[in-house]
Amino acid sequence: MEAVPARARVYIACVAMAALLCLLPPPGVRTPWWAVALLAALYAGCERVARSRFAGISHPAGTFYPVLLAGAFLLPAPAAALVAVPGALLSQAGQRPVALRRIWRAAQLVLGVWAAARVHRLLGGPDAVVAGDVPYALGPAGAAVLAFCLVLALLDGGILALAERVPVRRAWRGLVARSLAPIAVHGLAGLMMAVLWRSPYGPVAALLVLLPMCVSWWAFAQYHRERAAHQATIRALVQAVDIKDGYTRGHSERVGHASMMIARELGMADERVEVLRFAGILHDVGKLGMPTRLLRKDGPLTPEERRVIELHPEYGHEMVRGIGFLGEARAAVLHHHERLDGSGYPYGLVGRQIPESARVVAVADAFDAMTSTRSYSRARPVAVALAELERCAGSQFDPVMVAALVEAVGRTGWHPAVTADDEEARPPRVPPPGAPLPSRPGAHR
Amino acid sequence: MSAYRPPPLLTLVHACAALLAAGSLAVTLYDGLEERRVALAFGVLVTVGELTRRNGAQIREPAPLGAAAALSYALLGEAGGQATHHGPAQVVAVVLAASLLGSVPHIARGQGPTADHLARRVLTVGFVAVCFQPPYNRGMFDDWGGPAYALLLLALLSLTALCDAVLGAALAHTRTGWPFGPVLRDELRAVCGIGSAVIATGAVMALAVAVVGLWALPVFSVPLLLAQLSFRRYAAVRATYRQTIASLARATEVAGYTPCGHARRVAAVSQAVGRDLGLTEPELTVLEYAALMHDIGQLSLVDPVPAGATAALPAAEQRRIALLGGAVVRQTGVDEAVAVVVERQADPYAEQPLAARIVRAVNAYEEKSREGGPGGPLTALEELRLATAGTYAPEVVESLARVLARSSLTLPVAG
Repeated sequence: MEAVPARARVYIACVAMAALLCLLPPPGVRTPWWAVALLAALYAGCERVARSRFAGISHPAGTFYPVLLAGAFLLPAPAAALVAVPGALLSQAGQRPVALRRIWRAAQLVLGVWAAARVHRLLGGPDAVVAGDVPYALGPAGAAVLAFCLVLALLDGGILALAERVPVRRAWRGLVARSLAPIAVHGLAGLMMAVLWRSPYGPVAALLVLLPMCVSWWAFAQYHRERAAHQATIRALVQAVDIKDGYTRGHSERVGHASMMIARELGMADERVEVLRFAGILHDVGKLGMPTRLLRKDGPLTPEERRVIELHPEYGHEMVRGIGFLGEARAAVLHHHERLDGSGYPYGLVGRQIPESARVVAVADAFDAMTSTRSYSRARPVAVALAELERCAGSQFDPVMVAALVEAVGRTGWHPAVTADDEEARPPRVPPPGAPLPSRPGAHR
Repeated sequence: MSAYRPPPLLTLVHACAALLAAGSLAVTLYDGLEERRVALAFGVLVTVGELTRRNGAQIREPAPLGAAAALSYALLGEAGGQATHHGPAQVVAVVLAASLLGSVPHIARGQGPTADHLARRVLTVGFVAVCFQPPYNRGMFDDWGGPAYALLLLALLSLTALCDAVLGAALAHTRTGWPFGPVLRDELRAVCGIGSAVIATGAVMALAVAVVGLWALPVFSVPLLLAQLSFRRYAAVRATYRQTIASLARATEVAGYTPCGHARRVAAVSQAVGRDLGLTEPELTVLEYAALMHDIGQLSLVDPVPAGATAALPAAEQRRIALLGGAVVRQTGVDEAVAVVVERQADPYAEQPLAARIVRAVNAYEEKSREGGPGGPLTALEELRLATAGTYAPEVVESLARVLARSSLTLPVAG
């Protein structure tokens, strides 16, 4: 990360000052120190365990708020705000600058919890909590959660606007909406903790509320890890094709990217965009089943060899047809070499008979083939490739898809993310020294 | 063939549960319901929990909300400050009726509750209620402090969960013939996961209802429902992952290097052998993935091996293909352990990890039995036994023989 701009530093300093002011206890209020200490230790422990256990992944549900919100429902505002401080200051920041991030985190949470506790107190929440009057206690608690959420979003938007130069309106858009639902559930758990804490059963019972939350949190993190692993596997398997096929390094990822751009431009729903990205990534997966010798042949193919190569959409479809979540991407794998005039393969479909996903991938595939260097031709400039696509629109490609690609590239340019390819696409290490490996992928030509 | 006769333990457990259920129903019908509102509220919650049930091999506790609600009803001593008077019989009767009611849609869809699930539910709830309600109603816990009381509930539920795990393992053991130890280990691991959430929610609900009344029920169900949802999504993405691996492992079959269905059959038999040899769930997953991808090294060959039968090749050639396969698997970013199994599958068994021994033996069996025609399986097993000197691990071959003799797994004919 580059240096933090001066104005962001000033902003953080101001927020930290405000947080310090919030921590000052007003005269005459007795702070229940043991409760503060217990909750603070609990919060710090939760943060610590969460970060160490799931090191490497940033948890999608964010921080573990139930303890903080329980504090806001139980304690006077300054004391409740104090609960957040040790946990936030001790947490692992991950990225540099560590100290600044920790101070920012602590100040932000102090302000949020302080506001929540104030709102809760103003609406008479503590009495409802002590009386265990649940339907009524939900009201003040809800308002407090809303205040907490708003303060966090406001501060987050500010830092985004100042440090990352995101336009203010875009920085705030969606921040509240995205975080409100998870924080509301955390608030509910916090309320239960507070009610049980004040009941005859005491803090022991309150701690039990955290257990289901922790379990659910753990399962959620596992879910995200497994999902990431799944996507990595698909990518990597496709890179195996790239290696077999020598000259197409990174081709699959780039076709996935271009398919995604077209789908976005056509205004498709997010899930469909994702499916089309997979369609682009997997479109040549059938080449895994092709003889390596054929894929790497320099010079023109004989008609017979060409016929073998033209089997790859069907091979690919045979492989991916059992994968349920791919949906229409499977049709794209089968039909991405069809042409609008019916001269394509494998089925020679015409016009609208070709599935929409296949028409998208066909355009993306041709575009990347033209703009990257191959053994038989040099890379052409983007503008030339687009002009060529437009020339073939109607006969070979769907004009709608071509127009969408032209539009998208014209607006954002063509910068496919080719991050993983250079490091990971090396030929596999095959260990035994001296063992003859006539067909090692990537070893010959 | 004689008709299927369930093992005695299964009959015993079901009979006990049926006896308990019938007795409780009779007592409740005779005495009438105490505190109808409370009974109704808990009954509704159990029903809702059953309705949200989802069956699946991946999911240990199919209806966590139903289980938690049933347990907390068994532990309920007060509601909103008023003491309750229901006895164990009423608890069992209410839980049973609600569970059956909640299963109606599942039965209609043809995925009814297995008798085991209901029997376990009735027995655990009955156990908790018998341990708690009579002493409570006699006032034995009156002079306990609040926190001590909370801890008592927790301890009782934990004990119950342990007993339930033992019962579940015993049932699975008698049904499937898998060894008892590993099954129990897997059950206990589930207790630490979603099981702990169920226990905590059960105890907390009972306490919260005592403090704030029935309003606590919907509020306190939210975290558990969330946990249920998370576990389901986790299970779903794992299923998708498995599907992806299985499909892409078919690349060799599509390319004509190996016969159709070979990888899938080797994976199924390997899993059965792995269970028989007492592998844990994570190890079984590694074994399954490795078995699915064991032939993937052949993709890198210039000329396919005839019929994909690697077991008949010279040892050096087998090892070379295994190493190529390991390299491909390593690249796919699947668990490192899978790659190790794939690349060691052709080593002499003394140097192999257990999973690799299993894959090797099962792969050889599958190939040989396919070649052998109608009498193939027996000849193949005999060949494996005779070839034991350094090639196939004897304990794996014996386990394979056991698995095949149990013969819920006759190999389907290819194609």
